[in-house]
Amino acid sequence: MKNNKSIACFGLGCGVVLLAVACPALAWAAGAPDAGGPWWLWPLALFLVCFVLGVIAVPAGIGGGVLFVPIVSGFFPFHLDFVRGAGLLVALSGALAAGPALLRAGLADLRLALPLTLLASAGAIVGALVGLTLPVAAVEVALGITILCIAVIMWRAKKSEYPDVARPDPLGAALRMSGIYRDQALGREIEWRVHRTPLGLALFAGIGVLAGVFGLGAGWANVPVLNLVMGVPLKLAAGTSGFILSIVDSSAAWVYINQGALLAVIAVPSVIGMMLGALIGARLLGAIRASVIRRLVIVILFLAGARALMKGLGWWA
Amino acid sequence: MIGISPEQLRYARLLEYGARSGLVALIAGFAAYMGGVLPVQVPLDVLPRLWSLPAGDFVRESGIAAGWGWLQLLGKADLLALVGIVLLAGASLPCLILLVPIYVARKDWPYLGITLALIGVLALAASGLFGVL
Repeated sequence: MKNNKSIACFGLGCGVVLLAVACPALAWAAGAPDAGGPWWLWPLALFLVCFVLGVIAVPAGIGGGVLFVPIVSGFFPFHLDFVRGAGLLVALSGALAAGPALLRAGLADLRLALPLTLLASAGAIVGALVGLTLPVAAVEVALGITILCIAVIMWRAKKSEYPDVARPDPLGAALRMSGIYRDQALGREIEWRVHRTPLGLALFAGIGVLAGVFGLGAGWANVPVLNLVMGVPLKLAAGTSGFILSIVDSSAAWVYINQGALLAVIAVPSVIGMMLGALIGARLLGAIRASVIRRLVIVILFLAGARALMKGLGWWA
Repeated sequence: MIGISPEQLRYARLLEYGARSGLVALIAGFAAYMGGVLPVQVPLDVLPRLWSLPAGDFVRESGIAAGWGWLQLLGKADLLALVGIVLLAGASLPCLILLVPIYVARKDWPYLGITLALIGVLALAASGLFGVL
């Protein structure tokens, strides 16, 4: 068992090294994009990097989109428009793959999700339009700051497994945002209800804008808002967040599709690599310590955020 | 409310069909693209010059119309590969439409309104109205 863990950690370490080295090495091997390097090297490198991102995203408890955009925009020659479009598709594919199972298991709640999704989807369209209009340098600076904030949130944010909601707020009660789900680990049914619904709705509108501007899946923000602000139990918050992404990311993705910002040669290898990596990541879940991977991801986010920020400020070409 | 609502289970089933067909179309379309089965609108060896341009410049240089204009070029492998992406982006719309008669029958007017508004938002995003800025 200990040996298995060592092998898993070693494999994961190799993957991270590959992630750190692959982009610059391939960049060197292929030369500058205009210098006529073989075109296929970039989609291949993208597939490999996304595979590694998929492996580490599952144990870290995040969607791959939040790692995808800062890393690919920082180290690949693609314009940020195409990276954000592909990032949305990566997040959308993951959410669509998981959504049906979450709904069936009762770990995502349709009634809880719909009002929040409406505000977040409208915000995502506005965000996508704004993001595609702003100068690239401004988006990179904002992206760098956002990614650094996400790293801080992941590092510092508390979680509440079963928040205590003494009394639902009037809007949450009127919309009957409450229910009972079965916690398989505990083997019993958990009753839940929400409070601070107006604040939750406002925050989801803002999260939608961020998802649209940066092409990030927004699970990193959805879960804390559902759990800590609205008082949804952690497992239900995580599942409902995944389901919400399946609608919110599609509304932003339509804007990117219609503006020609989704290139199959960039998006498809990313989706396939991330999904295959996630399959391996799910298998490693029992063999590795999730807290170690989570710390690793926080470090990667700090580096990628700093890189995006410096690139946007012109300090790192 | 105890258990999982019937509409949630029906939504899940339809979403699963949509997601699966989208993923199959995505992979099949990309395989056809990479396999050189059909002609392409933008030659692969030209892509490295174009993918570093903003989306608006890419659209102009590649001769692909923004919005739904790409449908006129479905015979080209690089545009055919977009079909899977469009199916994935559209997978939630029929699921939401499925909810409408359920909420009408139940006279759940707040959720009927929310669902119709959400369908409207998604339809607006997909309409192509935001295709040209």
